[in-house]
Amino acid sequence: MDKAKLGQHISQQFDEELEDIRNRVMTMGGLVEQQLSDALRSLSDIDAELAEVVISNDYKINAMEVAIDEECVQILARRQPAAGDLRLVIAVIKTITDLERIGDEAERVGRMALHFAETGGESKMLVGISHLGEHVRAMLHDALDAFARMDTEAAIHVAKQDEKADREYESILRELMTYMMEDSRAIPNVLDVMWSARALERIGDRAGNICEYVIYLVRGKDVRHVSMEQVEAHARSEHDD
Amino acid sequence: MNTEATDVQEGKMESAAPRTHAINIGDLGRENTVAEQGELDIALNVTELDLYYGEKQALKKIELEIPRNRVTAFIGPSGCGKSTLLRCFNRMNDLVDNVRTEGQITLDGEDIYSKHLNVAELRRRVGMVFQKPNPFPKSIYENVAYGLRILGIKDKRRLDETVEKALRGAALWDEVKDRLQDNALGLSGGQQQRLVIARAIAVEPDVLLLDEPASALDPISTLKIEELIYELKDKYTIVIVTHNMQQAARVSDYTAFMYMGELVEHADTNTLFTNPTRKQTEDYITGRYG
Repeated sequence: MDKAKLGQHISQQFDEELEDIRNRVMTMGGLVEQQLSDALRSLSDIDAELAEVVISNDYKINAMEVAIDEECVQILARRQPAAGDLRLVIAVIKTITDLERIGDEAERVGRMALHFAETGGESKMLVGISHLGEHVRAMLHDALDAFARMDTEAAIHVAKQDEKADREYESILRELMTYMMEDSRAIPNVLDVMWSARALERIGDRAGNICEYVIYLVRGKDVRHVSMEQVEAHARSEHDD
Repeated sequence: MNTEATDVQEGKMESAAPRTHAINIGDLGRENTVAEQGELDIALNVTELDLYYGEKQALKKIELEIPRNRVTAFIGPSGCGKSTLLRCFNRMNDLVDNVRTEGQITLDGEDIYSKHLNVAELRRRVGMVFQKPNPFPKSIYENVAYGLRILGIKDKRRLDETVEKALRGAALWDEVKDRLQDNALGLSGGQQQRLVIARAIAVEPDVLLLDEPASALDPISTLKIEELIYELKDKYTIVIVTHNMQQAARVSDYTAFMYMGELVEHADTNTLFTNPTRKQTEDYITGRYG
């Protein structure tokens, strides 16, 4: 299954339907990316107004998930796709679920940013988290890119970045605990940052999930819950064509 | 009682052992999701089979193992040789002029193209059902009893029992039990096809060959035939040719994709329909022009 093979159905309409769901996933991905970067900026700039925009925009992502889901169900019912086509539809259904959840996490970061701004949080607490935020935003971007190009090597590269996100998350937790011990009045704000860090760490996981769907789509191998070595072996296994 | 059962089982396993092969799936370079992968009891084994209609070669070096008590489906575009291959299994091609066959097909280890083989006995062991239901213009009862009478069975009680068993086996008994003496041509198409299947299983074959058994039937009758195939595989090895890929996906355990006289890919059905190895297979089952 490579990108060039999406088309060429005897039914041209079917080509268009598959192309359409793929494009809509990309559009949804773009929107989620935008939400995430806005949420991160609202937190680092302590910008309550931007945080409110993020919170109010989440419905758009939810609506896109519902619409794409419906289109996938119609394709399954009407076309009974097989092989690579089937895997594309399944990969899309799973990918949009993760994208929608990433959208929810971005909204959560927005809510925390709003609370943080309203309660006068201090920017010194935000150094570690901006770095983690940038890291998972890049992961999401690259995962969507791997999906668009059906590139398993890029997918592996992104999936490997998740470990780094986990480590950064742990170090942020340790740092935040010192703030709490230093000054108990800071605890509400520290918690805002902590929940945000947790949300970002989850986004890294979900970007990794999307990479697994890319490998499933291209190679037909389910690489969930297996070691990174096995993921690489599956992703590099060649089809006989 | 218990020891007897064990004895029978062991005996069965021993006699089956020489015919047991690992199916070719491992050679296709992927692990199989079917738990039973590995050792399978093989009913029909095709080795280097070539078939020519006059000058034209219709089958090219076919290598295939058909597992016992499983459903194997042949799919492929028109003229790819799937029906020709099916007809090799009970030597129906002998009836066509100018056909030349090379290579070997064994049923339970026995060469079915051997000169010493009794072809009528082979066709009893390998029953066949065609696309169009072809009941004889006789009563329902006589249709099913026909093969038994040819085998020389005259005992009325034995005939009655076998006819009922075959009709029940073909999921038709309840619909016809009160009118066994009616003409079979008065049945609906779907009922006629199940009657033909009853006729085929009345003589207790080992293998059932189904050549497009549902393509002349409406969707409900088609589903009944598919359900029947599922039930029949406990007792028989089933090989089905179908143009309907969804049907192959629904009813078969293994699927073989043929193209221009060659066997392109043979794998367990789940793998073949979700992740085929060959590009030709993928193009065919996804409806692309290759």
